Amino acid sequence: MTKSPWIVVKWVAIAAVLALLVWIAGKFAAAGSLWAVVGVAFIAMCVLAIYGTTRAVPLKYLFPGLFFLVALQIWPIIFTIATSFTNYGDGHMGTKEESVKYLIAQSVREVEGAPRYAMSVAVPTGADVTTGTITLLLTDPKDGATYAGTPDGLAPITDGVEKSPTGKVTKANGFTILNAREVNARSEDLSALAVPTEGGGIKTSGLSEAFVGKASMQYDAAADRMIDTTTGKRYLPQNALWVPEDGQGQSLTSGWQENVGLRNYTEALTNETLRNGFLKILVWNLIFPLVSVISTFLLGMGFALLFNDDRIKAKGAWRSLLILPYALPGFVTALVWRQMFNQDPNFGLINKTFGWSIDWLGDPTWAKVAILITNLWLGFPYMFLICTGALQSVPGDVKEAAKIDGASGFRTIRSIVMPLVLVAVGPLLVASYAFNFNNFALIYLLTNGGPFEGNQTQVGSTDLLITYAFRLAIGGTTPNFGFAAAISMFIFIIVALISLQGFRSTASLEDVN
Amino acid sequence: MTATVSTPSTPPAPSTPTHAFDAPPTAKRRDPWQVVRYLAIGAALIFALFPIWFIVAAAVNPSGNLNTTQLIPDAFGLGNYTDLTASRPFWSWYKNTLIIAGIGSIAAVFIGVCAAYAFSRLRFQGRRPGLMTLLLIQMFPSLLTFVALFRIFTELGDVIPQFGLNTSLGLILAYLGGAMGGNVWLLKGYFDTVPKELDEAAKVDGASHARVFFTITLPLITPILVTVGMIQFIGLFNEFLLASVFLKDVDAQTLGVGLNALLTADRNKYFGAFCFGAVLASAPIVLIYLSFQRQLIGGLTAGSVK
Repeated sequence: MTKSPWIVVKWVAIAAVLALLVWIAGKFAAAGSLWAVVGVAFIAMCVLAIYGTTRAVPLKYLFPGLFFLVALQIWPIIFTIATSFTNYGDGHMGTKEESVKYLIAQSVREVEGAPRYAMSVAVPTGADVTTGTITLLLTDPKDGATYAGTPDGLAPITDGVEKSPTGKVTKANGFTILNAREVNARSEDLSALAVPTEGGGIKTSGLSEAFVGKASMQYDAAADRMIDTTTGKRYLPQNALWVPEDGQGQSLTSGWQENVGLRNYTEALTNETLRNGFLKILVWNLIFPLVSVISTFLLGMGFALLFNDDRIKAKGAWRSLLILPYALPGFVTALVWRQMFNQDPNFGLINKTFGWSIDWLGDPTWAKVAILITNLWLGFPYMFLICTGALQSVPGDVKEAAKIDGASGFRTIRSIVMPLVLVAVGPLLVASYAFNFNNFALIYLLTNGGPFEGNQTQVGSTDLLITYAFRLAIGGTTPNFGFAAAISMFIFIIVALISLQGFRSTASLEDVN
Repeated sequence: MTATVSTPSTPPAPSTPTHAFDAPPTAKRRDPWQVVRYLAIGAALIFALFPIWFIVAAAVNPSGNLNTTQLIPDAFGLGNYTDLTASRPFWSWYKNTLIIAGIGSIAAVFIGVCAAYAFSRLRFQGRRPGLMTLLLIQMFPSLLTFVALFRIFTELGDVIPQFGLNTSLGLILAYLGGAMGGNVWLLKGYFDTVPKELDEAAKVDGASHARVFFTITLPLITPILVTVGMIQFIGLFNEFLLASVFLKDVDAQTLGVGLNALLTADRNKYFGAFCFGAVLASAPIVLIYLSFQRQLIGGLTAGSVK
C-alpha cells in the first residue's frame, strides 16, 4: 500500500520522542528526583499507548495540547491556588528543619587557630554555572581528604579527584569547577552559603578558602527553641518565625513555609494598610478599563464613520496609516509615550509642544490621565477596525428604508446603524474590558505603578491588581508569593464574573434584535 | 454601554452620513463638507502618526540623546545604531525574538489545529465538557501563574539547563501551555465550515483518519492557519511579562525586555539608541500588518484577541 512509507515516518517520530524522554529521565535520575522520573516514564507510556496502537484516535490529536495544558497551565494554576493559602515568600521558603539548619550554619564564627580548607567552587555537571546549586569542593589541610559541601551537609568525594599543589581540587567527577571570573560573579551566593557540620559549619573566606567554625546558635529539640549561646537569648516558634521569648528585639532572619489558611485573603480585606491599598487599586482597576473601552470605542467609531464615507478618495491608504499605532509593538509605544510625558520640556515633547509644565508621571492624577491618553492612542485603531467591519456589514436596504421613512442622517445612525454595530462589537467590547483589566505591559512600562505616595513603595497610584501582584511576588526586595497568589485569585474571580456577566448581557442584546 | 450610543466623538461625524445617503455622486463637486471631511482626516492622521514620527525622528538624529523633543531632526546619521550595537547585543535580541515568536507560533498553531480537528470532527466521551473546561481555564489570566512557572522552570533548569530560565526553548515551552485553549474555539469554528461530506467520501475510499486530516481537511483551511499563525506571532513578538521574568541574562533577552532595560539604564542617554532599535524591532510586525491587513482584521474580530 501507499501508506507504508508513512508508517516508517510515524515510528521514527515515536522513537525520537521516546529517546528524548529517556534522555530527560536520565537527567532527572542523575539529579535524584524520583518523582520526575516516574512522571516522565508515565508520559512515555502514554505516547506509546496512544500513537503505537490504533485505539484512541481522538487522543492522538489532543495529546500534545493536553500535555502542555496540564503541565504548564493547569498545574501552575493549582500551584498558585495552593500557594495562596501559605506564607511562601522571603524568609519563608523552606521547611522548619531547613530553617533550623540554615540559622545554625549562618551563625558560624571562625574559631581562632582552626584549620582552613583549600576550596574550589563547583556546580553539578550539566547545571548552569550562573544559576546551578553551588557546591564547595574542600580539601582537609591535615590529611588531604576531599569533600563536597552543600547547604545539605558534607559528603566525602574521591571519584576522579585531581588536586593542585596547593591542595585545591581541580577536577572531580560529577562537578563542573568554576573559573575565577565565574566564582566572582557568584560571590553573593558564596557569602550566603554555609555548610552545616556537627556543632557548627563551614563558611567561605574569600574565593579560595573556607574555615570550620563553631555555631553560636543552637537548637533545643526537646523544648523546640532556638538558643543564641553568645547572648543566652531564646527564640520560640510563632507564626512561622523564630520570635524572641522575652519579646525583646528582632526575630531571626529565616522562618519556614506553612499553611496559613485564609489569612492572605482576610489580610487583604481587613488589615488597615493592606486593605486601603487594595481597595484603592481595585477602584482604579475597575475605572481604568471602563474609561479606556469607552474612549477608544468612541474615537474608533467616530473615525470609522468618517473614513467610511464613499466620497473620500484613497480610503484604503488612509486606513492603513490610521492603524499603524496598533501595528507597533506595545513595548515600543508605551516606552516612547513615557518619554513624551517627561516633565522637563527638554525631554518631554508634550509639555514642550503645548508650553505646559505638567508633572505627568510624578503627580497621581496626571499619571492616570497620561495612562488613559496613551491607552486611547494604543487602542483606538482596534476599535476603528472592528467598527469599520461592523459598519460595512450593515445592510444597505435597512439604511435606505430609514431614509424613505424620512429619517435624518443622524437619526439613521443613532437608531439604525448604532444598535446593529453594537450587537456586532458588544462581545469584543467585553473582551477589550477584560484585556485592559490585566493590561500589565502598559502600566509596567509607562509608570511601573507609580508615582508612590508617602514613604511606601508598595501601592502605587496607577497600579492595577496585576502590577501590584507582580511587585509583591518578584518586583521588590522581599517577595511575598503567598499574598501575591491570593491577589491573583481575586483577579481571577473578578475577571470571570465580568466575562460571564458581559457575555450574558451581550447575548440578551442579541436576543432583542 | 447604551449611554455611549448617541454621542459620536468628533464633530464632523454626525454630518457625514447625511450626505452619504442623500447626495447622489454627481452632486459631490461643490460640497462644502468635503473640506471639513479632509481636515478631520488630517487631524486623525496627525493624532495617529505623530508619536511614530517622533520615534523615527529621534532614531535618525545622531544628537538625539540630548534634545529628544525635536520633531524635525537637525541632522541625519546612524550614530544611534552604532551606540546601540556597541553597548547591547541587539542582533542577539532580534534573533531570540524571531526564534521564540517563530517556533512558538508554529508549534501553537499545530497543537491548536490538531485539538480543533478532534473537537470538530471526532466524537468521543467528554467532548462537550472538555470544550467548556477549556473556556473556563482561559478565564484564569495565565500571566498570573508566572510565579509557578518561574519555580517550575528554575527547578527544571537545574536538572536540564537546555529547558531552564534564560533559554529561548524554556520560554517557548512556557508559552505553549496556552496553545490549545487559546486557539481551539476559533479553529474549531473554521473546521465546522468545511463540509463533512469531503472527509466521509475519503473515508469510504479507504483513507485513514491521519490521511484525511493531513491531505484533505488541513489544506482547505490553510489560509486561516496562516492568519492564526500570524496573530500568534505578533502576540509572542510583543509578549513582555513572562519574557522579563524568564530572561535575566542579557544575551538571552528578547527585543522588548532588552530595549526596556536599555531605556531604564539611562533614560536620556540611550533614548536615541532605543528609538533606532524600536524602529528596527517594529519593522517585521508593521510589514505583516500592512501586507495582510484584510486577513488579520478578519481573524482579530472573530477571535477577539485584543
